[in-house]
Amino acid sequence: MDNIKYNVLIPKIRQKFILNTLKENKRIDNRSFYEYRALKIRYGHLPNADGSAEVSLGNTIVLAGVKVDITNPFPSEPDKGIIIVNAEFPPVASPDFEPGPPDENAIELARIVDRGLRKPEIVDLSSLCIVPGQKVYRIWIDIYALNHDGNMIDAAGIAAVVALMNTKYKKFTFVQDKGLVDTGEKAQLTLKNFPVYVTHVKIGDHILLDPVLEEESLADCKITTIVSEGNLITGIQKSGVGGISLDELEKIMQNSINLYQTIKENIQKEVSKNG
Amino acid sequence: MSEYKRVDGRAYDEIRPVKAEVRVLKNADGSAIFELGNTKVIAAVYGPRELHSKHMASSYESLVRVRYHMVPFSTKDRKSQPFTRREIEISKVLKEALSASIRRELFPRSTIDIYIEVLNADGSTRVASLNAASLALADAGVFMYDLIAAVSVGKINGQLVVDLNEYEDQNSDSDIPIAFMPSLNKVVLLQMDGTMSLEEIRQALKMAKNAADKIYQVEKDCLKGSLESVLKVYGLL
Repeated sequence: MDNIKYNVLIPKIRQKFILNTLKENKRIDNRSFYEYRALKIRYGHLPNADGSAEVSLGNTIVLAGVKVDITNPFPSEPDKGIIIVNAEFPPVASPDFEPGPPDENAIELARIVDRGLRKPEIVDLSSLCIVPGQKVYRIWIDIYALNHDGNMIDAAGIAAVVALMNTKYKKFTFVQDKGLVDTGEKAQLTLKNFPVYVTHVKIGDHILLDPVLEEESLADCKITTIVSEGNLITGIQKSGVGGISLDELEKIMQNSINLYQTIKENIQKEVSKNG
Repeated sequence: MSEYKRVDGRAYDEIRPVKAEVRVLKNADGSAIFELGNTKVIAAVYGPRELHSKHMASSYESLVRVRYHMVPFSTKDRKSQPFTRREIEISKVLKEALSASIRRELFPRSTIDIYIEVLNADGSTRVASLNAASLALADAGVFMYDLIAAVSVGKINGQLVVDLNEYEDQNSDSDIPIAFMPSLNKVVLLQMDGTMSLEEIRQALKMAKNAADKIYQVEKDCLKGSLESVLKVYGLL
């Protein structure tokens, strides 16, 4: 269980500076406490992937690629397609990352992104069935960190959703005696909802949205709230060592809901700009 | 709200019978068994002890390592994979929750290793694990800010219920494992899967807090009982 260093060590003097800045109700990059960093989205730029998106949140860059193949369904859900989320933090993203299989941080990130997609059935899994009990589509979502500057979860969430939105896969039909036949057509994946991942950190008594790496490393804990259409919360994850009160949690959840529409529109605006 | 009757006939805010016992393993510095109905978990604590890969050590505080694992016969179908992604994620969040309760600054350069085995899984295994691990830490005499009391709460057929069993876990609209340090009013673990409105979450957390307070009492009674039996051996009680 040897882990890569997700957080950075911050010199004491720098810690003091960051905390003092917060005391004056300011952040080290001059944002307000509930302000997102600049969002940039590029998508569909990797032709071999069935869907792709590269999301920058300030200096954080995350890439998501989608591949669709055909497999046997799970016995418990014979008429449903399969969705798998994987994440890796390769050494390109940070001097502290080392090559190797995904560690607990990467696995946690993948499972949080998965949480926002699976149970709320963002992708209509029933539409991904070709032959019930035998053949279904399987959607692989692979998330790669390209530059780590904090809050990879939100960036990964946006990347996964945008990559799914522009996923086109080969349409197969089942023909008696011949088996699966490529129709030569491509099907477009449709999403039933629009989940947004909103991460706050708690540093002392301060609650900050979209932390940069230094803020995240200094934080007592980090709360990711997944919000979907209709002001519904479709997932929560607390991570990091440190406790938080119920009042603070409620404030964070309420704030995430308040921010949902703005963030969603911001993503849609970026997407329409770079079509 | 539709009428939902719980499969085991419990009230919505009723937890399953709780059993807690410490000092169950001789070799470990601290150990505990924690049961919520048919969910049975055993935890062993070693440490604070010397850390062998020294580069991992911190000169400021003790390292905390947690391994949450389900034994192959703990589930309905035999679990053949040695260590799943689910177990890795749960180990991580349990480590962070337990770290929050330990006064790590008292044991620099050392490690505290916590090993958790789920012996029988019937839902809510991660919160049962947290309760077992927290008791084992107390049994080992590790300095802590507070015990951890953890419980799950979920929504099934529109009804909020506490302490989900396997059936409820698989058929729920959403579930929330949550852990408190009750005396300090702090949440140290929180996850949520499924869909809920903010108002529902608010109610769910309130139900969870009440249930956690009951578990906290069981934990304290368990430790008190253990201490009394030791004192009796020495004729001090």
